[in-house]
Amino acid sequence: MAGGEGALKLLGMWASPYVTRAKLALHIKGLRYENVEEDLGNKSELFLISNPVHKTVPVLIHNGKPICESSVIVQYIEDAFADVGPSLLPTDPYERAIARFWAAYVEDKLANQWVRVLRDKTDEERAEAMRQTLAAVEVLEVGLKECSGGKGAFFGGDRVGYIDVLLGGMVSWVKANEPLFGIKLIDAAKTPLLAAWMESFCELDVAKAVLQDVNEVVEYAKAVQARMAAAAANN
Amino acid sequence: MSPPVKLIGTFGSPFVHRAEAALRLKGVPYEFIQEDIENKSELLLKHNPIHKKVPVLLHGDQTICESLIIAEYIDETFEGPPLLPSDPYDRATARFWAHFMDQKCGKPLWLSLWTEGELQKGFLKETKENLALLEAQLGGNRFFGGDSAGYLDIALSSLAHWLGVLEEATGVSLMGDECPALRRWAGEYTSNEAVKPCLPSREHLLGYFTANKDKLKLKAMAMLQQ
Repeated sequence: MAGGEGALKLLGMWASPYVTRAKLALHIKGLRYENVEEDLGNKSELFLISNPVHKTVPVLIHNGKPICESSVIVQYIEDAFADVGPSLLPTDPYERAIARFWAAYVEDKLANQWVRVLRDKTDEERAEAMRQTLAAVEVLEVGLKECSGGKGAFFGGDRVGYIDVLLGGMVSWVKANEPLFGIKLIDAAKTPLLAAWMESFCELDVAKAVLQDVNEVVEYAKAVQARMAAAAANN
Repeated sequence: MSPPVKLIGTFGSPFVHRAEAALRLKGVPYEFIQEDIENKSELLLKHNPIHKKVPVLLHGDQTICESLIIAEYIDETFEGPPLLPSDPYDRATARFWAHFMDQKCGKPLWLSLWTEGELQKGFLKETKENLALLEAQLGGNRFFGGDSAGYLDIALSSLAHWLGVLEEATGVSLMGDECPALRRWAGEYTSNEAVKPCLPSREHLLGYFTANKDKLKLKAMAMLQQ
């Protein structure tokens, strides 16, 4: 028996796609948790004690013990609550390896490149990061075909799984890409399976409950860009 | 009867070592297929079209790529001593520090060895801070996995074997006197009976790094631009 769902606390920040991943996993499993919104400009004691290494959100606290890194948190939720709600990973070791492979791809090739579109300092670097991100999206289309195995729109087939959660956490930001940068990250003309995935994902109750409002994300991103530009101008 | 296990790898790669160490710690017999990384084979390109990298594990007609994913697959598929702990929180801890090694620690460590001047100072400082965290995580344990080597020891194995060689080849001191636990662990890991046979010879590695210093310095500068 899990240590009591009342023992779950999530330290996060509403705009973060990494926090959204953790929320998605908790909701899919049907777990209740206390949502604590951190002010990252003024970090709380609990937050700093819980994630001294990275000082980033999300942090999941379960029975007083912290777990950090969104992908580690999602796997922890799967392991610790194996008897609660649906599984996020398949049971077969080979299928699990395939799921982990594509999850790592989402992380290393897509997410890590994409943050650079917002954070890199020069126009050239940001343009290159966008190119890399778009290239990764095209490869991910292949991954979606392989993982879904024709059984449904999701990486998990007819229901959401680990990769759907990791990518799903990023959906509002994916949609924000066009208003922010004038480019569709997931374009039905280029990656039809991913476009269908996004549509199906957004129809889910869990997505409706958890995903951020795209306009709010756009405003947030613009504020971050403005702050970075101001900081650069002052240097 | 389990289908045959083959591992495509190269000499000297710490990522290939992770996969071999996992196989050996688990007690799984396998055939090693030597790959020429400068002239990639059809076999490699067919089985890892996305990344075109080693290691690649072939189990019957199944292909598994990425060293730590291979390690988990081995742990879940074959009988033998567990590589990951059974407790979910301990598993999360192991995954967290493996993630830390690959995402945060690896690149600055490499750059601290092959850059110079002010740049190097910055990477050196960062690397020493990272190593101090790992030193604290190890504490008084024999291995990161506790009494026996496991997933996290495998993930950190480049620190046990490659790091000492690199320090000697470059003259850069990373572990120094500040990491007595890590140095003790390095000795434990590299003398472990299961793991020893798949560690590349120290002399060979030293020879390679020494002979390729200029090339590696140039590559490091290129890495900075990425």
